[in-house]
This record gives sequence, structure tokens and C-alpha cells, in this order.
Amino acid sequence: MTTSTQITSEMSLAEKRDIMQQRVAKSLKRRHAQETRFKMIGMGAVGLALAFVVILFATILSKGLPAFWQAHITLDVYFDPDVIKIDDKPVRQSTESEAAFNQRMLAWQTQLGFVNFNRIILDSLEKVIPDAKAYQRDAMRLVTSGERFALRGMVEENPSIIGQTLKLNLLADANVDVWIKDNIDRSLPDAQQQLSAKTRQWVDELEARGIIQNKFSTALFMNPDSRSSLASAGLAGAFMGSVMMMLIVMFLAVPVGVASAIYLEEFAPKNKLTDLIEVNINNLAAVPSIVFGLLGASVFILWFKLPLSAPIVGGLVLSLMTLPTVIIATRSNLKAIPPSIRQAALGIGASKVQSVFHHVLPLAIPGILTGAILGVAQALGESAPLLLIGMSSFVASVPSTPFDQSTALPVQIYLWQGNELRNFFEARTSAAIIVLLSLMISLNALAIWLRKRFETRW
Amino acid sequence: MGAMQMTFSDEKKPTPTSGKVKMAARDVKVFYGDNEAIHGVNMDIMENEVVAFIGPSGCGKSTFLRCLNRMNDTIDICRVTGKVTLDERDIYDKSLDVVQLRAQVGMVFQKPNPFPKSIYENIVYGPKLHGLVNSKSDMDEIVESSLQRAGLWKEVKDRLDSPGTGLSGGQQQRLCIARAIAVSPEVILMDEPCSALDPIATSIIEELIDELKGSYTIAIVTHNMQQAARVSDKTAFFHMGDLVEISETREIFTNPKDRRTEDYITGRFG
Repeated sequence: MTTSTQITSEMSLAEKRDIMQQRVAKSLKRRHAQETRFKMIGMGAVGLALAFVVILFATILSKGLPAFWQAHITLDVYFDPDVIKIDDKPVRQSTESEAAFNQRMLAWQTQLGFVNFNRIILDSLEKVIPDAKAYQRDAMRLVTSGERFALRGMVEENPSIIGQTLKLNLLADANVDVWIKDNIDRSLPDAQQQLSAKTRQWVDELEARGIIQNKFSTALFMNPDSRSSLASAGLAGAFMGSVMMMLIVMFLAVPVGVASAIYLEEFAPKNKLTDLIEVNINNLAAVPSIVFGLLGASVFILWFKLPLSAPIVGGLVLSLMTLPTVIIATRSNLKAIPPSIRQAALGIGASKVQSVFHHVLPLAIPGILTGAILGVAQALGESAPLLLIGMSSFVASVPSTPFDQSTALPVQIYLWQGNELRNFFEARTSAAIIVLLSLMISLNALAIWLRKRFETRW
Repeated sequence: MGAMQMTFSDEKKPTPTSGKVKMAARDVKVFYGDNEAIHGVNMDIMENEVVAFIGPSGCGKSTFLRCLNRMNDTIDICRVTGKVTLDERDIYDKSLDVVQLRAQVGMVFQKPNPFPKSIYENIVYGPKLHGLVNSKSDMDEIVESSLQRAGLWKEVKDRLDSPGTGLSGGQQQRLCIARAIAVSPEVILMDEPCSALDPIATSIIEELIDELKGSYTIAIVTHNMQQAARVSDKTAFFHMGDLVEISETREIFTNPKDRRTEDYITGRFG
């Protein structure tokens, strides 16, 4: 046996094979090392990504979940007839015209608007803090300012509560919430505290007595945004705006996108024009979303005169943005259907349209749906184009039609994270992110479910 | 030629041909882009006879077969010139609807391609499409008769609702044949129908072709010369885009006129 590693022509076949075996054995080690290295890098990358996902969810959940529970003050509220001096709520007479009734109703509502509900709250506070009236300003900082409108709403709804005493959970001021959750450094001097020393002392006292408690709050879900009564600022407006836009995208981008993809993939002749269209669709998918915002601002708002900050414009812009995604996803799913199925259908005498709609499309549907829903989810999370069509403005109402002013969930997150009262809004921003993420996760779950539901086994 | 053991179709059962030309091709050329794949083929296919197309890979036999029911239309870059007639009618004529043509000229493909639906739906799809069936009983009848003819009825009659894709390869191919005959075509084109099947499944399909001849005109592309000999009345030998020769199968295998045919069937190339 030779120790040489060179293969020479005078060697016997056995010798040559021997050397080859040695070389293979040598290279094996290197190959295995390479494989191990690659596996390690891959596992490291996946591990790192997972770690970041865990960190992301952990921070968002740990910050955001407490925001669903807010400080409430439980008070016996006496709807004092001496304070609420109003006429009986008008009832429409059979002889009365609608306009006349509305006028009477408006007069009654104006009368109600003059009622000092702060007084009612202060009276109620006095029952638990005897010196509340002596420090009126400090006392009124306990309850968030929006609650007086809540009380007015209760009276307007049901005037018979005047004269009664009701046990109500009033939403505490945002700063009270911050204080009892220890989201502010308690050792800071008075000048740097948001609440006066008196108020802080009361809060601690009332908390010890169980009158101030952290309770699950629906304010976050039921209210629109607010800047005067921060504790009652909610997501309802942004949520409705997002839902409306999502529906517009679903009913506009998905059918149009799927239809154009079917035409381009199955029916359009393959020529320079369709090649050009295909290249442009692929390019459009890569266009930064903010550019679509500019397009929306100049076309839908300036040219079509659609309203600013409206979900209709947002929906149209997001539809344009989602179209290329839907088209590309649909085309690749159609491409994946084996040609044998088309041939089978054509061979039996089905027309082109029949072969596509009877056989190809049903097989491609699960993939198309998945692509479409992921496109919609992407649109739902988009904020940049919405900034350019005015959806980043402060809107304190819930839109009832797509033409009303509104914001969207991602934009609301952006607005809240910039709020001055950071101690309170940091948690609320995370809570809004939780809501947005839940919506997205449900959409993705729907995509997976639909995929499983319509899948055809081969 | 004595070394080769061949069984010929006419030893089993003579084909009752009427002597009428069912399909005819005149100077048919096929182009893929600028590349001429078939250089002017002339052929007559008689009613109710079985014609086998043989030849080495890439010789154009499948391409020519696909001209006969215009399946080449589905390929964008493919262009066909010349004239192909079915019952003396030009099938490339503008006035003829390709859907009607394909109802008359059915096709069975190389790879079994049942629809991913139930066996029942596989069969009734064609008849429903062409409005051949109206009621459930019509459909049941056509499913049974088609599967009977394809020799599959006994095997699947209890599981007509199970997916066609769940059958074995040979059964799938017979299902495809049943699907093709469900629309009562006059001509059946078979593009290497047994190339994906094992010998047993192959012999079943061959028996089936034997059963079908007499009622249908069949053109079959095959790589298997024994198969051509066994099932066909006539054999056409293609080479590099030319139809080299066509005549009675026995004649081709025992007394080929062209040198290339002889080389191919004796295994000198191919």
C-alpha cells in the first residue's frame, strides 16, 4: 500500500481506489464540519428571532395589560334635585310636528347642559372626604373630567334618577391612576408632581379604605380619543376607522386583485404589453407605502374632493397599496396548479373559462384566500399613507359612516405614544398595540382556518 | 426480423372497419416559435381502426397527436399549418368550435390526471358540460356504463364518492378513459397512456383498447413497440418531425420499407 496521495498512471486500480477512499474520508470531515456550522448558524438565527419575539410580546403585554384595569372611585352619587333643576323631559304630542318637538327637545337639552354636574360629584366626594369642599380644586382632580358628561348622559337617558342615590364607579383622573400604579416617582418634590400634596394624600387614604380601586375598564374600548379627560381616552374611533378601511380593502382590493390576476395568468396573451404590466405590478408591490398616501391625497382628496381624514379615502389608498400583493399572491397560486388539470378539463371539451373556474380556481382558492387576508392584515397595520390623508388628526368621535372623520389603530398608537402624559399613555399605547395585534392574529388565524377548510387532498 | 417475438392485433380480433376516412391530415406542419417541429405530415385514419404512432423521443408523434383535437392551441407559441379534417370537415376552420371538436375527439394523457373530485363527479363532468344528462338517473346510468366500458365498474362501484385521486395509477388511467368515453366521442387520442403504469395495469389498458376498437377510432402514441404491435391495426413511424411510413402494423414490423423504420424497430436506435 502506498502512502503517496498522488494518483499516477502506473498505479494499479486497487491502489488508485485506496487513495480515492482516503481523499473521500478526508473531505468527509470537512463536509460534516461545514454542515454542523451551517446548522448552528441557522439555529442561532431562529433562536435570536424567537428571543426578540418573546421580548417584544413580554414588554408589550407587561406594559399594556395593566392599562385595561384603571383606577375607579366608588361613590354614592345623589342626583340632587336642587342642583339638577330642569323641566320634565319633553314627550312628543300626537298633534305636534317633528320640528316643533325637536325644538322643545333641544331647549331641554340646553337646560340640562347648564346643570353643574361638578357640584354633584363634589357633593358625593364630600361624603368620603369631609374637607373636600374646602379644597375644591384638589378634590376635583380625583375624578376624571369626562365623568360629569357621563352623569349628564345618565340623566338625559333617564330623568327619573333625579332625587335618587346611586352607587357609581367613577373613572379616576389619569394622574390618580399613575399615582396608585406607582408609575411616577413618589419621592419627587411637589413642584414636579402632577397632583397636589392634598390630592395625593387623599388618594392614598381612599385606596386604603377601598374606595379607590383598580377595576377592569371598558373606557379603552367604548370611548373615542380624548384630550381633556385623558383617563377616558379610548380606541373606539380608531377601531371603527380601521374596521371600515379593512372592509373597503376586502371588498375592493381582493375581488379586483383576484380578477385581474386570473385574467393576466390564464387569459391574457403573452406579449410585450402584458410583460410590461407584470413588471409594473411587481414594482408597485415594492413602492414605499407613503407614496400611496401622496397619491391618495392628490387624487382622492384634491381631485375627487373626498373628505379629509375619512376612512373611505384611507380604504381606497390601502386598497391601491394591497392590490399588487393580492395579484402576485393569486398569480403564484394559479401557477402552482399543475397543467395536467387544465389539460384534463380542456381535453374533455371544457372551454378555457370553464377549465379555469371549475378546476383551477377551486384548487387555488385556499392559497388565494391566504394571500388576500395577509394583504388585508398588512393594510390594517399600515400608518404611513394615512398620515398624508389627514388620518393622524385628533378625532374625538366614533365614525358612523366611512365619510366621517376618523383615525386608525396604528395611527392612534402613533398619536398616543407622543402624548405629554407619558406615565399614563405608555401603558395605554401598549394596550392599543395589544388590540391591534389581536386583530391581526385573528385575521391570520382566519387565513389558516380558511386554508384548511378549502384544501383539496390530492 | 425473425428474432423478435411479436403478437399482432389481427391475430386476436379483426377490426370491423367501414373503410371510411375518419380523420385526415394534409401537409400538417407545427411550429414552436420559429422551430418547425413537424414537417408536413399526410395521414388518413380510418373509422374504428386503431393507429399507433411510434418513434424515438422528440420525433413529433405526440405533437402530431395533439393537432388532432387542437390541444396545441393551449400553447401560446405553437402554430399549426396545413389541414386536418374530421369527417371531411376542417377542424382548424374558424366556424368550428374547439369545444365541439373536443367532445368528438377525446383525449387520454400520459400521466393519469383525474380531477381531485369524486369518481362520480369525474365521469359526469363532461356529460354535464355538454348538456348530455338532465336527471340524476341519466347521470347514474352514464357513470355505470362508462365505468363498465373502462372495466373499472366492479372495482369502484361501492366507492363512487371517494376521490378519483385515491385510486391506483392504473385505475386512475382507466378512470380517465371512462371520463373520455362518457361524452361518447368518435375518436379517442391516447398519449402514451401506459408509460406511467406497471406491466399488469398496462395489459389491462391494452385489453381495454382492444374492447373499445370497433366502437371508437383510436390513435395511440407509444414508446413500447410490442404494445403498438398488440393493439394497433396500423402503425405510423415518426422520425425527426417526419412521418416516415405508415401501413398495416404487421407490415411495418415484418417488412418495413424505410431503412430508418427498420433500424428503429430492430433497436438500432431509439
